[in-house]
Amino acid sequence: MSEEHTHHPNYVKIWAILVFLLVISVTGPMIGIKWVTLFTAFGIAIVKAYLVVVNFMHIGATRRFVPYLVATCLLFMLLFFAGVAPDVMKATGKNWSKPAWVEAQAQAGAEGGHGH
Amino acid sequence: MAESAPATHDDHHEPSGLIKYIWSTDHKIIGMQYLFTGMFMALVGGFFAYAFRMQLAFPGVDIPGWGTMTPPDYNALVTNHGTIMIFWVAMPVLIAAFGNFLIPLMIGCDDMVFPRLNRLSYQVFLLSTIILLASFFVPGGAFGGAWTAYPPLSAQSTYNLTPWGAPLWLLAVALEFAAFLMGGINFITTTMNSRAPGMKMHDIPLVVWMIVLASIIFMLSVGPLFAGAIMLFFDQVLGTGFFDPNRGGDPVLWQHMFWFFGHPEVYVVLLPAMGIVAEIITVFARKKFFAYTPVLYTTFAAGVASFTVWAHHQFIAGIDPRMAHIFTVTTLLISVPIAVIVFCSIATLYGGSIRFKTPMLWALSFIFEFLLGGVTGIYLGAAGADVYFHDSYFVLAHFHYTFFPIAIIGTFAAITYWFPKMFGRHMNETLGKIHFVGTIIPFNLIFIPLFILGLAGQHRRIYSFSLFPDLAKPEFQDLRVFATVSLLVMLAFQFVFLFNFFSSMIKGRKAEKNPYDANTLEWTTESPPPHGNWSELPSVYRGPYEYSVPGRADDFWPQNEPS
Amino acid sequence: MRPVANTRSATGIPTARLAVWWLIASEIVIFGGLLASYIMHRLAHDAWSQQAAYTNTWIGAFNTLVLLSSSLSAVLGHKAADEGNGQKAAKMLYFTMLGGVTFLVVKAFEWTSEIQHGFTITSNTFWSFYYSAAGLHAMHVLAGVIVMGIVAATAKKNEELHRVELIGLYWHFVDVVWIFLFPLLYIAK
Repeated sequence: MSEEHTHHPNYVKIWAILVFLLVISVTGPMIGIKWVTLFTAFGIAIVKAYLVVVNFMHIGATRRFVPYLVATCLLFMLLFFAGVAPDVMKATGKNWSKPAWVEAQAQAGAEGGHGH
Repeated sequence: MAESAPATHDDHHEPSGLIKYIWSTDHKIIGMQYLFTGMFMALVGGFFAYAFRMQLAFPGVDIPGWGTMTPPDYNALVTNHGTIMIFWVAMPVLIAAFGNFLIPLMIGCDDMVFPRLNRLSYQVFLLSTIILLASFFVPGGAFGGAWTAYPPLSAQSTYNLTPWGAPLWLLAVALEFAAFLMGGINFITTTMNSRAPGMKMHDIPLVVWMIVLASIIFMLSVGPLFAGAIMLFFDQVLGTGFFDPNRGGDPVLWQHMFWFFGHPEVYVVLLPAMGIVAEIITVFARKKFFAYTPVLYTTFAAGVASFTVWAHHQFIAGIDPRMAHIFTVTTLLISVPIAVIVFCSIATLYGGSIRFKTPMLWALSFIFEFLLGGVTGIYLGAAGADVYFHDSYFVLAHFHYTFFPIAIIGTFAAITYWFPKMFGRHMNETLGKIHFVGTIIPFNLIFIPLFILGLAGQHRRIYSFSLFPDLAKPEFQDLRVFATVSLLVMLAFQFVFLFNFFSSMIKGRKAEKNPYDANTLEWTTESPPPHGNWSELPSVYRGPYEYSVPGRADDFWPQNEPS
Repeated sequence: MRPVANTRSATGIPTARLAVWWLIASEIVIFGGLLASYIMHRLAHDAWSQQAAYTNTWIGAFNTLVLLSSSLSAVLGHKAADEGNGQKAAKMLYFTMLGGVTFLVVKAFEWTSEIQHGFTITSNTFWSFYYSAAGLHAMHVLAGVIVMGIVAATAKKNEELHRVELIGLYWHFVDVVWIFLFPLLYIAK
């Protein structure tokens, strides 16, 4: 069926890079700085996903259509997030509040006030 | 593009007997399965509408065929009327039935690329149908929390009182989505890869484009709702609190998930209907479709834009007011591409030699009625007006003015147009026209009174108006009775259609290959097409709408005819 | 059995591979919707970090290693299939299946321990998301293992070798989902 032949890179080398990145993402939080943790966790997740998609799934070897399709899906998810987050990420709004959340905030505030 | 396999069907045996109809992988048989299941569900949904409209017009009366209606009955019927008409009538008939039947025939190949996946898709759909119908016979009865299933009503059985009905409803809907995802992958890959040699992107008939774009829109929008269905199912069955604000969840999240799918869904069913109308109008106006390429790209634009408007269903749900502004603007903007498509359909008529056959009447009435639905939608898209109109009969009348043209008029247009190809016989024109008049006029008489009632402030979800003195006035009740009687008339005329449909199938006038002198490929094979569709698969030399080309003796020019 | 339709390729992408990419597209929006909902809750609720602190990073990291390695064997199977070596491709797929089963067994022990400590799916919305997201992913792993068994059985006979690549594509996608689930559920505390 397929006339084209996929180029096969050195997969073991890519796997070794992935494992190395995994080690970094696990050790990152041990430093204890928040932005370093976020970077080692999510920045590296993106790099890892990129390596898998490009080298194992050969997304670049397919017609350009496939990367566009995947990008469109991700873009729509971003849109979903942008439209929904302003409502979901609030404890109170116009004529409504979320009881559990308001209570949790009040508790956190009270504890903070007592100098915990 | 070269044909790599021999175009024969020696290894593609046609099974015999009953097996042929229930275990077939032939796209035409699967299309029929979807069509007949959809028609059966349309009867169920129509019966539900009859029952609850009787209750609204004559509260407390003993309804023939149903009995006295209780409030839970009423809620269950309204909920499942909406669910059935959208998910078990509009989608299976417009996309699955006609998609299955038309795509391989119109792009010139012998079957779908994955015939067995196609069969599985129908079987999962059938299972979902059975589950939905079974939910009426479980303890507590069928789900009655509206087809949008907003939590907390849908999430907690202490509120909805249907501990079995609600999860079964959700399961049925989720399975139905799974079935259409399988079908959609088949439609998309078939159209992308298996077109007849020579058929380029701009040679694909619009209805195929529209069904494929609808499948893509469905696939990309249904994901969050699929995840939401899992979450809601856990809320119902396991007792999680995803949508419970008392336990750290958020009920508005469901509304967003639902409408992120729910609004593109409107375009999922609208586009195939518009494609059907485009095919019929060009054939019966004997004219090239006006502005094929711009319409195609406008449809792409409408598809993308349909993802940006969903929160206009939630203006009074307490969403962020700044977001309401954005969604008002995007909602009003999306009327532009849709208007372009409608205008191009009308422009196709200009200067044509129009033939008022039954399919053409349906197609023209689609344009007219859908315009009314679209125009009334403008009021609802503006946040300021919607605060007043929300949850009133105005909204109800508006979306029936969009969905009735799509699901009912569009379907009748398609059935009357492709009936000769499907069953090899013609339908009766006279009965067809009687049925057309008997459907269109009562349809308007049902919903125009409901617009008026909605403007007067009549709320959507009321079982009996006798408890609301402001709404129980005789002048309002008269309108309700008028609407219900119109519905009875319209339902009665559907028996004309059923008689015409089944009697023509058996003893209608035999149809030739190409009774309408149409260009597209499905008319180049026998009626009905044999297993494998063509003895020799066609090649394509031109676009689908070359009608009345100057300098030709014939006023049509089939796509497969070498120039 | 195969219709002529299946042998055409107007786009130049083999039909089966194209269909798998569409399948992956539909999966991206399912996981995307679930994870987007989780992320917006997580960003808004600071208190969830106390709950997340109870997840075991080491188990999560071990499972990531298992899935990454199983992806390696899947892609080596693809390479073997391209070379026409069905035996080797099947062997590589068996390794991948072993990885998938290991992943599920580790997950089972992990969840048992967490449930015994009182962190059930209903105890808190964080845990509801935790079990739903990881559970949905685990269902995909299970489905992948089963289908891979079928593919490996035919590949062994040197038949339908292109399927090795297709199941690999799906498997790598499941791997990528876990690559994001791991920091979302385990590392961010």
